[in-house]
Amino acid sequence: MTPITIEMVQQRAEADARTYGYYLNPDAKFLQSLLEGLKRNEERYGYPSCPCRLASGKFDYDRDILCPCDYRDPDVQEFGACYCGLYVRKDVYEGKTELQPVPERRPVEKQARAYGTAVSPAATGATAKEEVEKVPEPKKKLWYCAQCGYVVFRDEPPYVCPICKAKREFFVEIKTQIEFSG
Amino acid sequence: MKLSKVSGKNSKHKVLVYALSTCVWCKMTKQFLEDNDIEYEYVYVDLCDEDDKVKIRQHIQSKGGDLGYPTTIIDDNILITGFRKDKLKEVLGI
Repeated sequence: MTPITIEMVQQRAEADARTYGYYLNPDAKFLQSLLEGLKRNEERYGYPSCPCRLASGKFDYDRDILCPCDYRDPDVQEFGACYCGLYVRKDVYEGKTELQPVPERRPVEKQARAYGTAVSPAATGATAKEEVEKVPEPKKKLWYCAQCGYVVFRDEPPYVCPICKAKREFFVEIKTQIEFSG
Repeated sequence: MKLSKVSGKNSKHKVLVYALSTCVWCKMTKQFLEDNDIEYEYVYVDLCDEDDKVKIRQHIQSKGGDLGYPTTIIDDNILITGFRKDKLKEVLGI
């Protein structure tokens, strides 16, 4: 496997920022530290989960905090930066607005998954594996953006439409039905 | 769980930082405490074993915290989530 380098992590983030009209943190030291954290997470978990959140190490549980995380778009819109401060809005990039700590938007039940596997097997009589399986799997659905028609298949609609920037409220579930006839 | 101790001249308060080894805000919090010569202990939660993670989660939630990092607990009483310079200054009297 190709070793992950800081340059690769940076190029990926820069490309994503360009695509979505964001900027990377202008503080070189701060940025370097974040990129190192992403690299470290990709090395140990196999995917670049947010360096400022505790990951479970299980892809399905950490899907929403894979950088760029699900919460980036609403956080950059509202606070000028994403939770860890990697992606920032133009005014923050230009130094017109000071970077402030961003409150956590990720629901606590999702955060708790990073600790969920450790329910003591001795206390419950169940094996660790059984404990993991008890966490209900979110059911994926089809959603479409009523503003631009973008369709996505996931447990919840995105906070912001990645295509037209419409808010979550614009997403409507697509009900599917299979009919057997004859 | 093994806590790492950072010595400082100001040891008026018992300061514990739950941090992540990859987190920039955690790093800034630790640096801030060091710049102000505050004695503190810290642990990198992501490097802890599963049992310790559960204990940390219980500890943070018992103080009303929301599992964000860094979580700083002062005198086992006041909890501060995130790098909140003003709050740290106020509670630590610096």
